[in-house]
Amino acid sequence: MFTIIRSGMLTTIQDLGRHGYQQYGVSVSGAMDTFAHRIANLLVGNDEQQATLEMTLIGPAILFEDDTFISICGADLSPTIDNEPLPLWRPIFVRKGSKLSFGFCKNGCRAYLAIAGGIRVANVMGSRSTFLKARIGGVQGRAVQSGDQLSSYSPSPYITKLIERFTCMTTKNHLPVKWHISYECIPHFNKKHTVFIMKGKHFSQFTRDSQEHFFTKPFTISMNSDRMGYRLKGTPLSLVGPKEYLSEPVTFGSIQVPTNGRPILLMADHPTTGGYPRIGEVASVDLPLIAQLKPGDVLSFQEISVQQAQRLLLEREAMIGVLKQGIKLALKGAGNT
Amino acid sequence: MTYSIYPLGDQAVTIELESELNVAQWQKLRQLAQTLEHIKPDWLIEYIPAMTTLTVLYNPLILQKQYGAKHSPYEIVCEEINILFKQTPPHTTKKVKQIDIPVCYGGQLGPDLLDVAQYTKLTPKEVIQLHSERTYTVYMIGFAPGFPYLGELNQKLHIPQRTSPRLFVPAGSVGIGGEQTGVYPLDSPGNWQIIGQTPLALFLENADPPSLLKSGDQIRFVPISEAEYTTLRNKKG
Repeated sequence: MFTIIRSGMLTTIQDLGRHGYQQYGVSVSGAMDTFAHRIANLLVGNDEQQATLEMTLIGPAILFEDDTFISICGADLSPTIDNEPLPLWRPIFVRKGSKLSFGFCKNGCRAYLAIAGGIRVANVMGSRSTFLKARIGGVQGRAVQSGDQLSSYSPSPYITKLIERFTCMTTKNHLPVKWHISYECIPHFNKKHTVFIMKGKHFSQFTRDSQEHFFTKPFTISMNSDRMGYRLKGTPLSLVGPKEYLSEPVTFGSIQVPTNGRPILLMADHPTTGGYPRIGEVASVDLPLIAQLKPGDVLSFQEISVQQAQRLLLEREAMIGVLKQGIKLALKGAGNT
Repeated sequence: MTYSIYPLGDQAVTIELESELNVAQWQKLRQLAQTLEHIKPDWLIEYIPAMTTLTVLYNPLILQKQYGAKHSPYEIVCEEINILFKQTPPHTTKKVKQIDIPVCYGGQLGPDLLDVAQYTKLTPKEVIQLHSERTYTVYMIGFAPGFPYLGELNQKLHIPQRTSPRLFVPAGSVGIGGEQTGVYPLDSPGNWQIIGQTPLALFLENADPPSLLKSGDQIRFVPISEAEYTTLRNKKG
């Protein structure tokens, strides 16, 4: 069990999303940064589909009522236990009675807290993800609040043994394991990024100038950005002529341009369909990075083909596969160190 | 029948027939969706029918495992869809589901009915009659959970959306906006003219499927009294 003492800015329960219901208008939702979410789960011996806490900019405070393992991946929101800073991207033993707190956001936007076993909440349409707009999933379809008491499923047998071993091995309230995932695998979040974009269905219907600006001028993430989408500020984009567009399915990463010419980059909670012309689609491999950008950060676009985007995605998956094996071995050996 | 397939990012493709909304073509796409539903290829994540398109979400990893790293998952999916499309039988009339949606028009449940009547130079009774006399096809469910995009509202009822959107429109509200009519499945802000309310739930998170309506259904709005509305509403509650 663990209790939310302070909720943070926007803390929601997320997994890898609700698939199969978009034909009924139900958004996929799920973690914005699926890379950090998946690694966080793997580090505590969970299946990568298990639910984690997604914490945004200002983290929560959480009291742990059992001995367990946690991991925090993604943004650096200055996590501490007993005023001691915690490392990211690493399993951490936590003794019952410990209080996890977060401070300044040093880097990135969203951090993921995984707990051994995975967070236990009702499965709604095949997912535990919170979909705020329809108020489903997570804790009664809402963000977590102070006072919420949550629990996790039983950890895998070798993690249970590991917890027992660490409980005896140390007198401290928390203890990170001695290893972490390799530095090359840890993403770095800057204030400026270039991401890969495939041309969207309506790209050719934008003016020459707008087509060029799209790939040459930077865009700034506006304050008006959330889990549904990021509004981008920059040179407004215009179409060759006015035209009506029928509503069509859109996806995580679709860039729509409404009549004011300011692009909207759709994120995890995006509506299933949209009626604005689409100038581009973000390559999946770059979505975790975009999830870590915050208002004021700058984004530039570079063209890529679908084939290239898929190659990068498959390379990323191969890398995660290697990490998965490595983490499994390291966890099994961790009790002996 | 000519169609095109284009990518929607690197994990989905959209199959489009002609850009004009055409019932026969639209049914061909629905049949392709049924074929996919039936054979459930490993790479299929889900599909989304829309007005002139069918979008298919796929898993590039599974395709790579099946076909090896040399092939582009996108190209394989396009090929597979071309094959499935050829196998999909030509137009057969499948029985469509007809759903009646009871609506209590006007009063507190339809606060804009009088405004709509005034704008369209009809009596409130005529507005109700024109709105409820025709059968609407559900072209797609999209934008929000359970939200139906419906075919052809009577031209006499076309009216601009409200200039100041309401911050709260209760679930079940039946509205007209521009050339469209529909029902808000969830409490939400909204800028349609609200002419009535249905006691039916269009979105039920614990039902399977969670949406009362599905792409392809035919619906009719059936006027009911406030008393009937209350009875139905209590039954549901």
